[in-house]
Amino acid sequence: MDFVNAIILLLNYIFIPALTYGSQLALGAIFVTLIYGILRFANFATGDMMSFGTMATIIFTWYFQSLGVSLGVLPTALLAIPFGIIFMILYMLLIDKFVFKYYRHQKSPPVQFAMVSIGVMFVTQAVVRIIIGPSDRRFFDGEKFIIKAREFKEMTGLNEGLALKSTQVITIFVTIVLVSLLFWFLNRTKTGKSMKAYSDNEDLALLSGIDPKRIVLVTWVIAGILATIGGALYGLDKSFKPFTYFNNMLPIFAAAIVGGIGNPFGAFLGGYVIAFSEILLTYAYKKFFMYILPENMEPNSLVQLLSTDYKFAVSFSILVIVLIYRPSGIFKGKVL
Amino acid sequence: MVGIFQSWNIALSIFNLCLISAVMTMGANIQWGYAGLINFGIMGYTALGGLAAVLISVDPVQEAWRAGGFDILMSLWLIVVMILVIRFILKRFEKSKIRTYSIAAIIISGILLIRFSAEPGIEAIEAVDPAKTGFLGGFGLPIIFSWIVGALFAGGLAFIVGKVALGLRADYLAIATLLISEIVIAIIKHEDWLTRGVKNVIGLKRPAPYEVDLQTTDWFIKLVENFNSGKLSIIENLADRKAALNQLVIEGSSVFVKLCYSGLFLVVVIILLILTQKALYSPWGRMMRAIRDNEEAANAMGKNVVKQHLLIFILGSAIVGIAGAMLVTQDGLFTPGSYRPMRYTFLIWVMVIVGGSGNNFGAILGGFVVWFLWIEAAPISLFLINFFTAGIPETNALKAHLIESVPYFRFLMMGLGLLFIMRYRPKGILPEKIEIK
Repeated sequence: MDFVNAIILLLNYIFIPALTYGSQLALGAIFVTLIYGILRFANFATGDMMSFGTMATIIFTWYFQSLGVSLGVLPTALLAIPFGIIFMILYMLLIDKFVFKYYRHQKSPPVQFAMVSIGVMFVTQAVVRIIIGPSDRRFFDGEKFIIKAREFKEMTGLNEGLALKSTQVITIFVTIVLVSLLFWFLNRTKTGKSMKAYSDNEDLALLSGIDPKRIVLVTWVIAGILATIGGALYGLDKSFKPFTYFNNMLPIFAAAIVGGIGNPFGAFLGGYVIAFSEILLTYAYKKFFMYILPENMEPNSLVQLLSTDYKFAVSFSILVIVLIYRPSGIFKGKVL
Repeated sequence: MVGIFQSWNIALSIFNLCLISAVMTMGANIQWGYAGLINFGIMGYTALGGLAAVLISVDPVQEAWRAGGFDILMSLWLIVVMILVIRFILKRFEKSKIRTYSIAAIIISGILLIRFSAEPGIEAIEAVDPAKTGFLGGFGLPIIFSWIVGALFAGGLAFIVGKVALGLRADYLAIATLLISEIVIAIIKHEDWLTRGVKNVIGLKRPAPYEVDLQTTDWFIKLVENFNSGKLSIIENLADRKAALNQLVIEGSSVFVKLCYSGLFLVVVIILLILTQKALYSPWGRMMRAIRDNEEAANAMGKNVVKQHLLIFILGSAIVGIAGAMLVTQDGLFTPGSYRPMRYTFLIWVMVIVGGSGNNFGAILGGFVVWFLWIEAAPISLFLINFFTAGIPETNALKAHLIESVPYFRFLMMGLGLLFIMRYRPKGILPEKIEIK
């Protein structure tokens, strides 16, 4: 019985939160990797683009709520996400037309692109804060829990409860669907294959008649979808605050590089690597060992490898280690 | 200009921060403009400079040293031993899987050992009067020394970072340095025994006199009296004149203190400017440009590219470290929570790009212009909003919302400024110009 308790404990505090957080990171990381692989620059505006998409979603959510439209037990935001995506894509295409296109035609070095994306970051940040303000916002409605901790205890008679938030299930489910669709698109359709070809070798791709404008357009559309959904899921699960989104850019970068930049599948797994290591290393295992070990061996400290303050530092350290020992990432992306 | 519109006090504090920004920008400019190295870790070096200011100037907390000093020294010793062992292994053994794994094992077990040995000491130190001290304190030296120590700290960090990350391609160097600086901030924020963390350190010593002391000093009152004799002589009543003088002395004292800081900072800026200008036109400067413009060719000519990159990375970071120490000196307090990448990394980069990379005067100009706009963006945009919405009544929701979000227009201004400069004047306001003598 103690053993089952210990497993449930780990499931509740480590596995499910890490899976959720990892899914949110994974979507962002695929976004970074796609932009890197096809448009060839490190996009420092990642976090703020995600917050823009989330903002659009929130505004539509409010609109639907004021109309009285709702999805019952599901959050209204799910209904608003498609509209948020459209806004996001429009905003991205606008930025691409006025900002990035010029540098692409000039064939500027990636560093210049990165600098420009910092300019975009400033502007996006300003736009988001001017429209919706910098404060913390929750836009979740509908049923909050699928299984409540107390109900689970009563149901199974265990000491440890397993709480399952509906946002967690939605996040994981949406991520799986979206990512499988994306991989199907990249690997099976003609456009997806031509995107891959363009990413591998631009000149060869152009020679074989691939239209670069179309590739760029499709990339921004996919990026817009990923950014909005990733951002909105994070906002639903936690809360929306522009500053947090800006900060999330860093673990997202870490995930993309750890997985191998330019490799969408690597980025997907990289998100989970980062999330799991962050949570595994900063969790206090005291209770776990209390269940597992015989009574006289119970630990009296918290058995925490690192204090939770270092959550971010963990992912960055992993990144630094990967950069030193395997600069191409765990799953062989491009060599930096 | 601000002096006339707002007050001399505000004008001087903006000027002082402009000077500090100029120093930071010069540091970043050395790395980016001379050598083409991208460093997004400016925030980390600034914070280390600030840490140096705390460690140098604060009086040591005797009680804390007694409580946990021994444990801390032991852990430091353990770290040194660990590094020596790793160096020994790296030298003695051939590169192999076993070597890598054993090094990893040493690091992990070392970290665990240090955690266990330092834990009681840290707890003891943090328990010493946590509201006031709860940390080890510093050396109790004049704070000016910290400017040099800050440079050393930042240079030391840059050495480690450079060893690790300089081999990366440009935009990944940017990401790696950004993340490393976040790690530095996380450590400064949470190692309370060293820095008091988010509890902040306040009331640091000053290199300039205190306002309160000045207000009671005779020569200063005389100075203010002489300075304002014309204004004072208009007032007939003796008591009124005295009151007016008092007011002037209070105002004058804070201006005077700020002027002292400006003088000190100006000296630093001028010294750095002379040094960097000399370096730019020296054979070394030419070599750096050669490396920047064509690494392979410079390498083929027998220049040690890796070594020079590391050197310039350290130099630039050290200058940023000086600026960090200056900043804390000026504020008189150290607030680890206030180090944000937006303000201390990206804004500095906007200054470098806008001012003109590779040109020291451009860097200083960029520091001044951008900081001035950053501070004055809110008043300017408020004026603009009021101007354009003059016809709309005050109660209009849109106008109220816009006025409420005035502080965020500074981001918009910076972003647009950066984008326009990058597009239409990619070399900055004052582009790099190299005269061959």
